[in-house]
Amino acid sequence: MRNIVVFIWRYYFFFLFLILESFSIALLVDNNEYHESGFYSNLGEQTARVQYAYDQFFEYFRLKSVNEHLAYENSALKTRAKSSFFQYKKGDQFTINDTVFRQQYIYIPAKTINNSTGKRNNFITLNRGQLHGIKADMAVINDEGIVGIVKDVSPNFCSVISFLNKKSSISAKIQSTDYFGSCVWEGGNPKMAILKDIPSHAEIHNGDTIVSSSYSKLFPEGVKMGIIESFDLKPGSNFYDIKVSLSTNFQRLNYVYVVVNLMKDEQENLETVSQQEEDN
Amino acid sequence: MVQEVIWNILRFVVVVALQVFVLNELRLGGFINPWLYLYFILMLPIHIPGWLLLMVAFLTGFTIDVFSNTIGMHTLATVFLAFCRPGVLNFIAPREGYEFGLKPTISHLGIGWFLAYAGSLVFLHHTLLFFVEAFKLSEFFYTLFRVILSGIATMILLVLAQYLTYRKKGDTL
Repeated sequence: MRNIVVFIWRYYFFFLFLILESFSIALLVDNNEYHESGFYSNLGEQTARVQYAYDQFFEYFRLKSVNEHLAYENSALKTRAKSSFFQYKKGDQFTINDTVFRQQYIYIPAKTINNSTGKRNNFITLNRGQLHGIKADMAVINDEGIVGIVKDVSPNFCSVISFLNKKSSISAKIQSTDYFGSCVWEGGNPKMAILKDIPSHAEIHNGDTIVSSSYSKLFPEGVKMGIIESFDLKPGSNFYDIKVSLSTNFQRLNYVYVVVNLMKDEQENLETVSQQEEDN
Repeated sequence: MVQEVIWNILRFVVVVALQVFVLNELRLGGFINPWLYLYFILMLPIHIPGWLLLMVAFLTGFTIDVFSNTIGMHTLATVFLAFCRPGVLNFIAPREGYEFGLKPTISHLGIGWFLAYAGSLVFLHHTLLFFVEAFKLSEFFYTLFRVILSGIATMILLVLAQYLTYRKKGDTL
């Protein structure tokens, strides 16, 4: 017994190293569980507060470009408002009626208070949380295109898995031809992504627009993702390698919208039921 | 002794604030990220007790992790750096060993010594950090490229920090 104590005492530096390293590996591996535990989410909330104060300080420098963006978006929305359409014949017009149009998506505006693009796995922090109705797995977009998916939520803030992340894979389609595939980011340039699984018989051109497809449960259909920069068909391959130039500028993200899909639960329940019947 | 502790605490605050609020916001070429906070670990006294070195490294790494949303990654890499530090110090020790009170700075031990000391530790740290981050061997050369470029950026900042805080007495902060 005494020998063991002497042995451990002599090499305590190494043992302490092992203990601390296993602790950090545990932190790394159980990242998600720690996010949910009270201690960690409180810590997250506090650091988000510091980042929020920091962000407020620099907000003034960005006002001009933010205003331009908002004005641009306003004009786009106004164009689509009912009042901007010419009425041909009185009484012959679609009215927005609850039985015909049911609201499926709600948009909650939020502000980016922390963001990165240089890492392999990037995360974004927004100044909206549980108190504003944010839940995990909601989509995040801005006026330019897709941004990411909400991961963890604290009372006042939420952390978003940026599209610039190894875990992100979003169902996308080519707007003009409706061929669909999945869009992923392979690291490096924050303006470039890869569109996979487009079959070789599809007709594609440089400059075609890529939008989110209706197969995505989180994103509304038709949110702009980017345009085709270049494509390549390897001999013998059934699928194109397509490089997409992303429409969202992740390096200067500011105001974003969190998308609430009111029919997500209904769709998921239905799909689970069908899946279970299949399994039985 | 007390003065030494206060200097180190001050250095911790300044270096971590610089890292979190300035350097983490820089996106040089999209993926070069200098990790200046290592300066704090490198500047700890040469004869610091082993347990204290490891604990301080753990705390530093954890602080950086909390602010960069990367729980565990910097903690892992920084504790590893602290573990390697005594070995590296021994390996490149001057013939007569380190006098007590000597500081691991350019002004005390020369630029060549400092480059060997900081260079090897920064390389070990960055290698572990970036490979844990990527966690894929298929991106091996891309990750290695990032290690080297970010390592060079970190080294430039470390050497700059040494010269910028140079004081007449031959001490650096």
